[in-house]
Amino acid sequence: MPETNETAQPETLVSVRDLSLDFDTLSGPLHALRNVTLALPKGRITGLVGESGCGKSTLAYSLIGLLPGNASIVGGEIAMDGLDLAHLRASEWRKLRGTRIAMIFQDPMTSLNPVTTVGQQMLDIQYRDRSSRAEKRAKAVEFLEQVQIPDPESKLDVYPHQLSGGMRQRVCIAMALLTQPDLLIADEPTTALDATLEMQIVDLLKELQGKFGCSVLFVSHHLGTVAELCDDVAVMYAGEVVERGTARQIFHDPAHPYTQALFECDPGRIREATRELPTIPGTLPDLRRPPRGCAFRARCPHAWPRCADEHPPLYLRDEGHDARCHLLDETEAVA
Amino acid sequence: MLYYAGQRLVLSVVIVMVAVSILTLMMHVVPGDPAVMILGPRATPELIEQTRVAMGLDKPLPIQLLTFFGNILRGDLGQDVFTGRPVSRIVFEQLPYTLILISVSILWSAALGILLGAYSALRRNTWLDTLTGILSVGTISIPAFVMALYAVLIFAVWLGWLPAIGAGRGFWDGISHLILPAFAIGVAWVGYVARIVRASMLEVMGEPHVRMARAFGLPERRITRSHILKIAVQPAVTLLGTGVAHLFSAAVFVEVIFARPGIGALIVSAVNERNYPIVLGAVLVTTGIIVLATLISDLVVAWLDPRQREGM
Repeated sequence: MPETNETAQPETLVSVRDLSLDFDTLSGPLHALRNVTLALPKGRITGLVGESGCGKSTLAYSLIGLLPGNASIVGGEIAMDGLDLAHLRASEWRKLRGTRIAMIFQDPMTSLNPVTTVGQQMLDIQYRDRSSRAEKRAKAVEFLEQVQIPDPESKLDVYPHQLSGGMRQRVCIAMALLTQPDLLIADEPTTALDATLEMQIVDLLKELQGKFGCSVLFVSHHLGTVAELCDDVAVMYAGEVVERGTARQIFHDPAHPYTQALFECDPGRIREATRELPTIPGTLPDLRRPPRGCAFRARCPHAWPRCADEHPPLYLRDEGHDARCHLLDETEAVA
Repeated sequence: MLYYAGQRLVLSVVIVMVAVSILTLMMHVVPGDPAVMILGPRATPELIEQTRVAMGLDKPLPIQLLTFFGNILRGDLGQDVFTGRPVSRIVFEQLPYTLILISVSILWSAALGILLGAYSALRRNTWLDTLTGILSVGTISIPAFVMALYAVLIFAVWLGWLPAIGAGRGFWDGISHLILPAFAIGVAWVGYVARIVRASMLEVMGEPHVRMARAFGLPERRITRSHILKIAVQPAVTLLGTGVAHLFSAAVFVEVIFARPGIGALIVSAVNERNYPIVLGAVLVTTGIIVLATLISDLVVAWLDPRQREGM
């Protein structure tokens, strides 16, 4: 298990520092990401969890430069091997995409070009290679085999609509891995699939990540999947990272009240029969006017006056485990 | 693909047969005996009876229909009432003029329309996009014959750059005679095609597979060609296929205005002379061509998009 060697500090591949991002809306700028700081270690799977609208997908898209036109990065940097991905020109992005960074998307039903065969699409993404058509075809077959697609040779001449959803997501994974990226971004790749397929795809991702050794950013709101797959976890709330740590630390010792509340709502963790599924009361704050203190304060069962006045920094809980909650400051003071 | 093409072909033949049946029946619904109309009011009853037998009008309707179908299959569309020349020959003499006019109109307007539409979508909200939008709506709302009249007035009468009348002799003369009519017919279609391509391009540009192509760093030009345009031109192709029917009716006016030979001019003069066999023959041939054009556009769409092949 990779979690066992968590004392050995792995090298960082991508380092997001104080990243702030605004969406331009009709009613003013919406601060979708606020001072996000996150490190993606080399060769590990980082899970990014949080409820819808917390900015996890926005963060994922900013790592591959595919933000919508009304988004602008207003502060911070994304460092990767001396490059600052937060301030990259379009031509520089194109050199990174499909070589060092690849992405798997949420909906496999619409992610493949419907009017081109699977094989042609897998050849197209190798347009940078100078190898022959036959070699590229062979490589496509090899990667379809890697994602356990039966009879891969024949699938090259098939159109996406002739494949099932699970098969299409496998094709997407094969395409992403074929480019041998250093960073693979997976934006809720199993959300559109049913539970059985979800487990298959998660197992596949884990196996292939082990084989190819790339770093993975796995965006999901499914805690069970994240626990199964990820080495490290970052929890996002209202455009902020509120807790970071290894999967073991986060799942066994959640420090932030929001993380704790998320776990209480996870249907997989409910032990007793109830008539209603638990929810976190309240809604996300309006990100056009983010609250001054702690963003989770209005929904937090432990909120106290300090939470309203002072924005909590990331307090260290443990080695490699920190959270944005004043409660942690107090425990330190008491200790 | 072959299976789909075969299916579509059979369907087209059925459509033509139904259209022909309706046309023939309509000729019988029209009040008055065709024989009387041909011979005029002062014909003797014997002569009328003779003509009726010669035209097969004394036989029951289904037999007449069958005979008509049989004749069509043998390429016999009847005779010109006045000259006695075979209708098929008269129609096919005029057909090339109209076909050239329509094909040239379609080709230039589709090419320019797709180009402008694609450019408008890719450079949304630039001055060229706005200009294209205004011009499109403007030209769409002007009928072809008005366009033709002004084209003649400006380029032939005032400026004297291009000939106004006839089809010309020889290749270059033919082309110079083609420019104004083809412009008059095609200009509205530039607008149509540009609007429709722009709208569907914008729709396709927002689809996830385009984003995925970007995520793999594919060059923008390639994304535009094989991910966006290949899907976005489909509505325009369908529009052009069905638009051939409109082009034929536009050709009727334009051929009269430019005094060009062609099917349109032929139909107009035949209707004026009550020369029904020629009207019938010309309409029959145009129907066949329209159905053929629809078939071709369906096949082009199916060739572009595999999902359409299985849609039947």
